[in-house]
Amino acid sequence: MIRLLFFAHLGEQVGERQVTWPHVPETVGKLKEEVEARYSLSLERVMTAVNEEYAHDDAPLQTGDTVAFIPPVSGG
Amino acid sequence: MTESLFSITSEPISVEAVMKKVMRPEAGAVAVFAGTVREWTNGKRTLFLQYEAYVSMAEKMLAQIGAEIAEKWPGTKTAITHRIGRLEIGDIAVVIAVSSPHRAEAYEANRYAIERIKQIVPIWKKEQWEDGSAWIGDQLETKAYPSGKPEVNEP
Repeated sequence: MIRLLFFAHLGEQVGERQVTWPHVPETVGKLKEEVEARYSLSLERVMTAVNEEYAHDDAPLQTGDTVAFIPPVSGG
Repeated sequence: MTESLFSITSEPISVEAVMKKVMRPEAGAVAVFAGTVREWTNGKRTLFLQYEAYVSMAEKMLAQIGAEIAEKWPGTKTAITHRIGRLEIGDIAVVIAVSSPHRAEAYEANRYAIERIKQIVPIWKKEQWEDGSAWIGDQLETKAYPSGKPEVNEP
């Protein structure tokens, strides 16, 4: 089980900011494909953070991880 | 004040409080930047802004920017506070204070900090216009950085 966090427009598209994902895909890239299919959204330009660190698509996942989907940021 | 040098808050930001965090006897200069909510952007009127953050990670990323600055400009000290929630026109969204023995480093490091915030800190703004609203991704003022990070003229 992993925890997913959706921010900004993604949170609105998914309808929830936090989701429990029962199964653990091997990599961030595979998780993104599953999430895109489940919610019919694009994560093409979205960065990913695993446990608050930016991660590439080939980064491995394990149970208990928190994965955040981070659209292009606009702070300042 | 025992407050952290790098923080996200839902309260109004005191410029003086952020500035005081970096003042010390070694400093001969403090550069303070305040980012404020703009009413007009390319002819379009903003009514107010809503900022959202991944707070725990955003504070870590602000601290990372502080570490990058300490490495690039030894002898500087940085404090950054970013506000989230609903902000009205003219409200202060972010305050960056950098102190250094001499002014040049403080100015350069401060500029570096705001550019890095716009690249790596998980904070988003939602524009509320007269005729709708939208989360802002790539800001119009964002420049392209061919090397993947801002070009900085190192001293």
